[in-house]
Amino acid sequence: MSDKVLAPETVKCYHCGELCEDELVEFDDKPFCCNGCKMVYEILNENDLCNYYDLQNTPGINLRNRNYEQKFAYLDNQDIQNQLLNFSSDHLNKIVFFVPAIHCSSCIWLLEHLDRLREGIIQSRVNFVRKEVSIDYNPEVISLKTIVELLATVGYEPEINLQNASRTKAKKESRKLYLQVGVAGFGFGNIMLLSFPEYFGFEGLDHSVRMFMSYINILISLPVVFYSASSYFISAYKGLRQKYINIDVPITIGIVTLFVRSLYEILSEAGPGYLDSLAGLIFFLLIGKWFQSRTYESLSFDRDYKSYFPLAVSRITDDAHEMVQITELKENDVIEVRNQEIIPADSELISSEASIDYSFVTGEADTIEKQEGDYIYAGGRQVGNTIQLRIKKAVSQSYLTQLWNNDAFNEESTYDSLIDKISKYFTLAVLFIALASATFWYFEGPSHILNAFTAVLIVACPCALSLATPFTLGNAMTILGGHKLYLKHMNVLEKLWNITTIIFDKTGTLTRTDGARIKFVGEKPLTNEQKSMIASLAANSTHPLSRALQRHLHDFGNREQIIGFKEAEGKGVSGVVLGKEVALGSAGFVGGQEVGATVGTSIVHIKIGEYRGYFSVQSSYRKGLGDLVKSLANKYKLLVLSGDNQSEEANLKTIFTENSSFVFNQKPEQKLAYIREKQQDGEQVLMLGDGLNDAGALMQANVGFAVTEDVTAFTPACDAILYGQNLNALSNYLKFARLSKKVILASFTISFIYNFIGLSLAVSAQITPLFAAILMPLSSISVVAFATFSVRLIAKRLKLL
Amino acid sequence: MTVIIILIIFSILVAGGFLVAFFWAVRSGQYDDTYSPSVRMLFDDKKSESEKNHKKD
Repeated sequence: MSDKVLAPETVKCYHCGELCEDELVEFDDKPFCCNGCKMVYEILNENDLCNYYDLQNTPGINLRNRNYEQKFAYLDNQDIQNQLLNFSSDHLNKIVFFVPAIHCSSCIWLLEHLDRLREGIIQSRVNFVRKEVSIDYNPEVISLKTIVELLATVGYEPEINLQNASRTKAKKESRKLYLQVGVAGFGFGNIMLLSFPEYFGFEGLDHSVRMFMSYINILISLPVVFYSASSYFISAYKGLRQKYINIDVPITIGIVTLFVRSLYEILSEAGPGYLDSLAGLIFFLLIGKWFQSRTYESLSFDRDYKSYFPLAVSRITDDAHEMVQITELKENDVIEVRNQEIIPADSELISSEASIDYSFVTGEADTIEKQEGDYIYAGGRQVGNTIQLRIKKAVSQSYLTQLWNNDAFNEESTYDSLIDKISKYFTLAVLFIALASATFWYFEGPSHILNAFTAVLIVACPCALSLATPFTLGNAMTILGGHKLYLKHMNVLEKLWNITTIIFDKTGTLTRTDGARIKFVGEKPLTNEQKSMIASLAANSTHPLSRALQRHLHDFGNREQIIGFKEAEGKGVSGVVLGKEVALGSAGFVGGQEVGATVGTSIVHIKIGEYRGYFSVQSSYRKGLGDLVKSLANKYKLLVLSGDNQSEEANLKTIFTENSSFVFNQKPEQKLAYIREKQQDGEQVLMLGDGLNDAGALMQANVGFAVTEDVTAFTPACDAILYGQNLNALSNYLKFARLSKKVILASFTISFIYNFIGLSLAVSAQITPLFAAILMPLSSISVVAFATFSVRLIAKRLKLL
Repeated sequence: MTVIIILIIFSILVAGGFLVAFFWAVRSGQYDDTYSPSVRMLFDDKKSESEKNHKKD
């Protein structure tokens, strides 16, 4: 390990591929950005697992600022283990972990060779799509805690919570859909094959052979109708029971009519029926449904506070520590909370002091100092020493939990999608036409009544219509996913069409959560001791730059005692730390050279004994915000809703246009109420936020986007997750969403044209089985092709593809 | 003409066999993850020492 200067801007970490900015560790002739990454390389190297680096360049996960000490101690608790394990016996335990960090083939390789890293791990398998690892291990040799710590040290920390039941249910659902598609496809192919003689009018076939083929067709169509199509019947029934006509109602009418009429024709030997069209129809519908069901399974859109809280905390009873589940905490229990851990319940401070970071709950960036006896709300994060707390309210009674019980979280979504709105009129129109043509034939030629009536219902079956939406929006969703805007469901796109107001949260949304980008420039890099001295001094100042420095350096040790602290307004701070004079601030104040800085960058000069160099602190506002605001301002009303104080108002005004407004000092429930007020004024609100403090607002808004640096990290319940660095392209995404509406409307028009052609023939009782067998797939395929190609074309135009 | 009936029955049985195979494939989880098997088959078994040294040169 040496500090050879290697033009640091261009050196990328061998493990994780990040730039080695302020630290460069060399090992085995390879550069690493931090000791964490180096350590993983060492572990892998020792165990002959460096294949990891051959499969993909820099596959690792960055390990800067991670600390696992005692974090997983709760996994030794038997109750918790029992809830997590899928199978357990004396020699074999099975467990499935959700590991959000899985992202490439190297990840799969490493995670499937865990058995070489530690004795006792029998086998591990990765499910890449669901980002899961299933591990079999021998509990006599290795403990669950050790396995999780191993995963964490190599960069694959599993996300552990007790709500994994819903994930297995989703798996069963998707399997059932595959089976239904399979059965429908089987029926479609075979029935069509057996119907060919009829299509081509082979006269040579015996009557008995024909009848035999028709009966076989009926037999094959039974599972297609009663198994594959069952979900349409159920959905239509549920809709009707709520006095509501959804798109599945006309589909069900079409399927039932087709089936009954075909049965009648075959059994009465009047004709071959329409069973091939029926199976084809169900097959295409299910393909559309399968396309629709593809979602971002591996992301969590519905997380609530439970996944934010730890599973267990250490409780202190009569000098003994024990890990207990947080649900078991009672009033007056004494618990211990370490650095960077979250306070799980409202409680009273026993230790002499604590500094609590509430940024996730309130959006305020500064930590709050608490004294012995102070009341501390749940959800804060302790920064600094280990503290002891006495629980005052059980977890379920705490402030944060109460916030979640707000109505916005319990409201059933009653969103009417475009297709639902149309289907009501569509169904009524079809029934009307069917009755009208039946009436017409009653007078003109009664023998055609039944024929015309059923033909209308069959031809009008909205197969193409119901395929238009999933294929348009499904493709759009996939394209947006490529830009790291992950939508929870495709109807989020529909909701985006009507947005009139966009509300931004400030901290973490307009600014980056990792705060400012800070770089040290100096002749020699700072030692850890020097870093800790700077951090100690900066901690005493409330200036934003000091705050940024302190947060940047908070990993480096304890707070040192400061003698003779002085703060010169607008210039800097100084004091004596560990016997050395330390000063931070402007060049004049510290005694250094002025440095030319670019716009949005501030310079903090450093003196420790002598002049050491300077930190350049880049403004933490995201790049391209100005352009984004400009492009959004003529279409939407813009608003900033911040939990922070007004100190940033001047900065915000330079970014936003004149007609944008700013509201500061908003508590979580005030944000929620503010949005509700806007909605009562008839506005459709898109809220962009992050963190728990915005959770209520995100739910209340018509559409809530969670903005995050790491899409697999914690995000509160929301409609979509947007990667922070792509925020500046938001107006482009919204434009894409609006254009997708036009594609859907055009697809609807095409399918209506098909319906019109079909209907005009149906009312005149001219539909033949062959005609139906051609029209049905033709209309479906052309609508699907049109929707797919036009969405991709638009995406190309907008440079999204 | 009865031979065609036998052929039809036979062809349906064959097709049904494939349907059963498809059911088995879905039930055994082959459609749950369509990415990792394609990568997994390309992983080498543990490299021998000589091979490794050769690579270093």
